[in-house]
Amino acid sequence: MSPSTGRRWEVRERHLALAVLLLVPAAFASLFVGAGELSPLDLLRADSGAALLLLESRLPRLLAILLAGTAMSVAGLVMMHITRNRFVSPSTAGTTESAVLGVFVATAFLGAESVMVKMVVALGFALLGTLFFLWVLRRLTFADVIVVPLVGIMLGGVITAVTTFFAYRADLLQSLSAWTNGDFSSVLRGRYELLWLTAAVTVGCYLYANRFTVAGVGRDFAVNLGVHYDRVVNLGLFLVSATTAAVVVTVGNIPFIGLVVPNLVTLLLGDNLRRVLPVTALAGAAFVLACDVVGRVVRHPYEIPVETVAGVVGSVVFLLLVLRVRRVAG
Amino acid sequence: MIEVRNVTKTYGSTRVLDDVSLTIVPGGVTSIIGANGAGKSTLLSIIGRLLPADSGRVTVDGLDVTTTPGATLAKRLAVLRQENHTSIRLSVRELVAFGRFPHSRGRLTAADLATVDEAIAYFELEEFADRQLDQLSGGQRQRAHVAAVLCQDTDYVLLDEPLNNLDMRHSVQMMRRLRRMARDFAKTVVLVVHDINFASCHSDEVIAMRDGGVVAQGPTAELMTPELLSTVFDLDIAVHDIDGNRIGVYYS
Amino acid sequence: MSRVTSAETFARVRRRENRVLALLALAAVATVVAFCLIALRGNWEYALTIRARKVAAMVVVGCAVAVSSVLFQTVTNNRVLTPGIMGFDSLFVLVQTLVVYFFGALALSSADPRLMFAGQVVAMVVFAGALYRWLFDRRSRDLYVLVLAGVVCGTLFSSLSSLAARLINPNDFVVLQDTLFANFNSVDRNLLAVSAALVAVVSLWMVRLFPRLDVLALGREHALNLGVDHRSVVNQVLVAVAVLVSVATALVGPITFLGLLVANLARQFAGVSRHRVVVPASALLAVVALVGGQLVLERVFALDTALSVIINFVGGIYFIALLIREAKR
Repeated sequence: MSPSTGRRWEVRERHLALAVLLLVPAAFASLFVGAGELSPLDLLRADSGAALLLLESRLPRLLAILLAGTAMSVAGLVMMHITRNRFVSPSTAGTTESAVLGVFVATAFLGAESVMVKMVVALGFALLGTLFFLWVLRRLTFADVIVVPLVGIMLGGVITAVTTFFAYRADLLQSLSAWTNGDFSSVLRGRYELLWLTAAVTVGCYLYANRFTVAGVGRDFAVNLGVHYDRVVNLGLFLVSATTAAVVVTVGNIPFIGLVVPNLVTLLLGDNLRRVLPVTALAGAAFVLACDVVGRVVRHPYEIPVETVAGVVGSVVFLLLVLRVRRVAG
Repeated sequence: MIEVRNVTKTYGSTRVLDDVSLTIVPGGVTSIIGANGAGKSTLLSIIGRLLPADSGRVTVDGLDVTTTPGATLAKRLAVLRQENHTSIRLSVRELVAFGRFPHSRGRLTAADLATVDEAIAYFELEEFADRQLDQLSGGQRQRAHVAAVLCQDTDYVLLDEPLNNLDMRHSVQMMRRLRRMARDFAKTVVLVVHDINFASCHSDEVIAMRDGGVVAQGPTAELMTPELLSTVFDLDIAVHDIDGNRIGVYYS
Repeated sequence: MSRVTSAETFARVRRRENRVLALLALAAVATVVAFCLIALRGNWEYALTIRARKVAAMVVVGCAVAVSSVLFQTVTNNRVLTPGIMGFDSLFVLVQTLVVYFFGALALSSADPRLMFAGQVVAMVVFAGALYRWLFDRRSRDLYVLVLAGVVCGTLFSSLSSLAARLINPNDFVVLQDTLFANFNSVDRNLLAVSAALVAVVSLWMVRLFPRLDVLALGREHALNLGVDHRSVVNQVLVAVAVLVSVATALVGPITFLGLLVANLARQFAGVSRHRVVVPASALLAVVALVGGQLVLERVFALDTALSVIINFVGGIYFIALLIREAKR
């Protein structure tokens, strides 16, 4: 390994260490923020009510936040590589909106009760929606860094219109928003475990990272290196869709995480997927945690859903990223 | 009379025009020559009030171009830049008719329409007068834009690279027309020209620029010298008298 | 080849334009009449009043959206961008939410509604103007960056509104929701009259600008050369757009894609870009789309208020198609 790459590895490890160092106390502190009073001292007193609150609500919530944040930002990172466009993420490719439609169809039309059924249907829809997006992309002769996410956002809007239409007809508009708005306040033990699936997906992404990087350079390059381009791309899409579906089913939509976090991280650390993936994962977890804590604190004892907070922060960052595009390119 | 006084313009850290002062007297064709990046187009745009200068002053017949109302100025001065992309669908005739806007304010009179017809005829555009601009070749489009400027019927006409996209025959015709226009209608035509020999054959006066400043200004014959041209273009250029014109040769 | 004079050509073009406008006007009148009369049963006098008010609301909103969209496209020199897509209507919702946030719902319900509306419009003008300057004054930026930035701005405004909505107290929120989720069925009669007057005045003011707007559509430099005061025209248009968007949104809430649809269809249909033709054509198309769409929804599918959802569906697909086509050029 050349000396320069060696130094980069050091940088990465320092970043990782720093991220972990920041995340752990923040995560711990977050356990004691919320509508119900809970302080670290309560735990020492072996108060059963406090323990119950911690185990049934706060701890599951924290785990859900960390898992969802990690998974969504890694999914965004993978998607960015597969499509070779840094503004493509589950929120800008119709993936999330398709998963939402899937959840709606499963709940309203199939009468699904079990999380697994919802998950499978949502996954199916997410895959279909994303594949359709890629099909549209191939129609674009001018696959510009800006045009592609624009098409994705609009496609998402169209899918949302379909969902809204059916929800309206079935008079389920309010339930729809309850089912699909990103919010951790309803996470309890027994209701979030599906998210552990995303941890497996994240590990899968890490193992496949180099292949995604190669595929990201382009089909010819990948084929030349003996990588099955189509297989890698399809696997990537499957992983991204699975992550999105799992998150949407359990906590709902958290917009722009998969876009903002990978962009900021790669802006700082470069594009090598395997190198930035762990940092992205940690940063994503920290970002969602921060958004959730802000939502819990700002209007205590009411809560602001994470979707709203992430929507504001995410769109501001996205806007700034968009506006610097052509300035960098000249 | 066009008067430019101490005009300076910088883009970021590059100074494109450095304290330029010059006077262009009414009547005749004046060509601005110089290498790429000498500041020719910037100067023309500032005179035509398309760009604001950082400092200095430009007046046309005593009217300051930055403070005079646009509508007043548009009847005295017309300017055409190199890039003339319009995003809307427009026929040649409609484009040329827009040249009458400063006079008609959108309500074309019979006299305006007659001027439009004249301008179309003058530039031999009748054949595709009712075709859309985006269906024309670059050269045809260029002629349509110049016709629109002519239609504006101003005393001063500023053109940036009017020979852009034109083939040899149309280039010669364009220069002849501009020259005749200047003579017949007593107009002042200021051009940015790349080809020094077109400048030499068709202009009364030449302004030579280099690195954001004016190197020399004067009657064409006096400026078409090997010494001056080499300074301006950083290139050995021989000058020959051919059929009464001074022709620079620099191809070998 | 026989010589054609400009006088003849322009007279012919003008006749064709008038025919197109007459045709569209006919279609609009036919849709309105059909909407009012089809399946009229029971107490028809009462039903007719209700329907007429609904139609009036749709006509006012259609005109406001169409006129503002065409004008906005002209000053931005961008056919893919409309106030709706840039999130101007979400901006209006945000302004309204912020008013409640800062002054409480009491202010919203007790203050003179006209005064409130005027205040909101002023805030809109200021915000929209600042946004326009920020995004458009640097001319080096290209079309797609602006469109994407506009779309993201729209998302930002709606996220901010929902954030602010969460921050205000729950009782105020109920009041706010009532004012925000108005639709064609529940339009206030006084508000409708004021809105109609406003839209008419602003539209007439814009008619005076039409010749200058035609020149502006050629691009900034052509406009300067032809003596059009670019800045002044743009400022006037921005104020007008802010007022029109406010009126439309205050009446029926955001209909994001309506403007894009009708403005571009009108340009295609009329075949010219002169404002004298495109503006009325798109207003008439908007009336046909709204009234006709509502007619089909109510009488054929027996649905009541999902029209904006359908328009967003069709409009979204149209927008993607437009992007693909523009990107190919």
